[in-house]
This record gives sequence, structure tokens and C-alpha cells, in this order.
Amino acid sequence: MPPAESPTSTGARPGGWAAAGAAGEPAPAVELRDLSRAYGERVALAGVTLTLPRGATLAVFGANGAGKTTLLRILATLLSPHAGTARVLGCELPRDGWAVRGRVGLLAHEPLLYRELSGRENLRFHARLHGVGAARVEALLEAVGMTRRADEPLRTLSRGMAQRIAICRAVLHSPELLLLDEPLANLDPGAAGAVEPLIGAGSGAARVLISHDVEHGLEEADVVLGLRGGRQALLARAGELDAAALRELYA
Amino acid sequence: MSAATEPRAVPTRVVVAALIRKDLRLELRTRESVPAMLLFSVSTFVLFHFGLDARSLEGDLAAGVLWVTLLFASVLAINRLFVAEREEGGFDGFLLAPVDRTALFLAKATVLFSFLVVLELAAVPAFAVLLLAPPGLPGLLELCALLLLADVGIAVVGTLVGALAVQTRARDLIVPLLALPLMIPVVIAAARGTAPLWLEAGAEPMPGRWPAILGLYDLVFGLLAYAVFDYLLDE
Repeated sequence: MPPAESPTSTGARPGGWAAAGAAGEPAPAVELRDLSRAYGERVALAGVTLTLPRGATLAVFGANGAGKTTLLRILATLLSPHAGTARVLGCELPRDGWAVRGRVGLLAHEPLLYRELSGRENLRFHARLHGVGAARVEALLEAVGMTRRADEPLRTLSRGMAQRIAICRAVLHSPELLLLDEPLANLDPGAAGAVEPLIGAGSGAARVLISHDVEHGLEEADVVLGLRGGRQALLARAGELDAAALRELYA
Repeated sequence: MSAATEPRAVPTRVVVAALIRKDLRLELRTRESVPAMLLFSVSTFVLFHFGLDARSLEGDLAAGVLWVTLLFASVLAINRLFVAEREEGGFDGFLLAPVDRTALFLAKATVLFSFLVVLELAAVPAFAVLLLAPPGLPGLLELCALLLLADVGIAVVGTLVGALAVQTRARDLIVPLLALPLMIPVVIAAARGTAPLWLEAGAEPMPGRWPAILGLYDLVFGLLAYAVFDYLLDE
């Protein structure tokens, strides 16, 4: 799916700011305008502008420290922007953050799970926080092939298994926007296939995907954002780019 | 779903219950807080037993030893109250849910309160055996009422301080530095209220003003903590 605004090629930014939610149409999944965020004196993100329609996938590329995780945490309402505008699912952040929570699923670097609890206990705990029934937990455990190991403490599971449980946590409440930071990290091909219906393009959710696997990211994306030193170095349709252009971000 | 769609709000009581159940389960698995508090308390009573060179204590001194020991023991639990949330992403997981953030305060205060009650069920009898001059525990009902009132105050202030301290690198230093001065009124009221119960000459009635002061302290700090807790979770 193409971006609502026609992004320009490498190094440029889209000119306009698409009106959110024209009459009868759902607001875009993500609308950012000159979004900036700093940690003390250090600028982590500056001047990011883009629009991501519902159901589309934005792949974010950039070297370590480029601002990818900061962007994800802002979209998840865990960080406030310092300048610019961020609208998620039609809600302005941070003002309407309460209306976004529960509609966004975050799969971060850390699994956001308690090591001493089992996978099932962790998921049931998060299910209660989201008002989701236990049947959904069992269905997800089944879907990712973790039913047999679901009662073992998380600390005893391999990273790949913990990642599968973390994916279940992120999609437990059927979010409309998935924020995925290296979602396939530590997963073997079989496990990656098992989680595909939950976090892949077929999930139906809009996705913001951070990946260092350039080929895979391009394959998944409708829109590509490249960050360098917190700044928007690139914004383009996935079809307009090749992997070599993206690798320059890591140079 | 449009921007006007309401998030699926989960009732606060459901969230509080889920958080309490999770915390109690974690404590049962790790046994990090209550056993440490109990060991500290009993060890302190043993040290006082020998260190004071007194066969037994009564009145003001007995009450002071008990309450100061319980207060220091509570610092151990306060230090660890939010560690799992901080180190295992519990804060983020909670903040991503469409829930009232003060549910976390209510749940943590309840958990700390329950740790204190469990501690006292073992530590107060140990204190009576090791240090108390009057046999048994005279004025047990009044003592229980005073313990519960003091526990509420410690739990409320401890939760607030614990949430604040866990965001800092010097958590182990910040907790006693902030919590102990804030809890001075609890020690004063609880010790003064307890002292008449443990006079060697025989128990006297507990003056009503001390439980009243504790109740007022609980109310004021409870409202204050409830009002500001939300801000402690911001970034």
C-alpha cells in the first residue's frame, strides 16, 4: 500500500501534511510532522515527517543510535515528543495517549515479561491488563507452538522461545498498529513462519518495523524511512529503493 | 476504528487484583523480600537482647526497639518493590495497557502492606519472646490495631518513595534517605501508643490520640501519594 503522502526520494521530505481522517475515512495509522526528541543535550530524533496509512508497513532503517527505538517508544506513548506533532490512529500524542494505549502492540528489544513467571502466567497477566480472556492466551500459545513449554519459567526458556511469548504479548489485544523492533531476532525459520500470521503483513494491522536485515525489511515494507543521527535521511516507497541505497545508512 | 473510539477501559479493581496476584506470585517464587525482612528483624532483636545487657525491655524502650526495627525492615521491601518493573520491563508493559495508572500504586501499596503483616505475624512474637518484660503480649488487640494503622502509613509512603527511587541509580541510598524521615511520625505515634501496653507494672489503656494521629497520617499521605503517583511514571 502506498503512503498517503507521496514521499520523495532519498534525502528529501514529503511536502504536505495530509489531513487526518477525512470525512468517512479512518485517520492514518501514523502521522508525524517535524517530530523531534532529545535526551538532555543529545538529539535522538529531529524533523521526522511522514504519513502511514492503515494496514501499511513502514520499515525503519538506520545504524545503532540513529533514533529508531526512540521513534518506536514515542509511537507507543512511552516517550513524549519534544517538538513537532505525532498522531497515532488519529490521536494526538501525548495529549490523547490514553486513547492509543490498548490499540498499539509493542514488541521491543526487551520482551517485557517477568523472568520468574511462566509464559502462560505472563500472558494471562497482560491479558487481564487488556481485558482479554484466557482463551485468547491459549490460542496464541498454540499458534506459536509454545503450549507444551508454556508453564516453564521464562528464565528457563531459550531466547527464541521467549521471543515467541513476547510476540504473543504484543498481539494479545489485537492491536491496530504493531510496533516491531527486530521481531524475528532469535527465531529459527520454523518459528518465524509460525509468528508470520500474527505480526506479518497478513495480520491486518499497520506496522512500523525496525530491522537491520535490509532485504527482509524492504520485502515487508510499503514505505521506508532511513534515519541517520536522528535525522530523516530517506523516505520513499519500498519499490523505489534498492538494498544498496539502504546500506549507505550503515556506512 | 476512528480517533473518537474509546479505548477498552479495564476496571481498576481488575487491574489491581492482577498486579497483586502477579507480585505475590513473584515473591513466592523468589522469596526476596519477606524472608529478608524477617531475618533482619529477628537478628536485630537477638542483637538487642545481648547488646542492651538487659534481660528484658518494657515501656518506651520496648516500643521503640520494636518500631524502629520494623521500620528498618520495611526499607528492605521498599527497595525491591519496583525492581521487577524496572529491570524486566514491567513499567512499559503496564503503561501500554489501557488502565488507570494509579492501579499500580494501589496494588504495590497493598502488596507492601501484606508483606508487613506477614512479617509482623512472626517478628512480633519473636520480639515478645526475646525482649519483652511482661509475659505474653499484653494489650494484643490494641497492638494489632496500631500495627495495621502504622502498616498502612508505611505502605503508602514506601510505595511512593520506592517508585521514585527505582528511577535513580542510587536506589539503595535514596529509599532510606527519603522514607525514614517521612516515617518519623509513624514511629512516634506507634511507639507512644504501644509503650503504655508494655509497662512492667501492668498495661495501661492506650491514649486515643496516637491511633488518631496514625489514621490522619494514613489519610493525608494516602491522598497525596494517590495524587502524585501518576507523574512518577512519566518517562
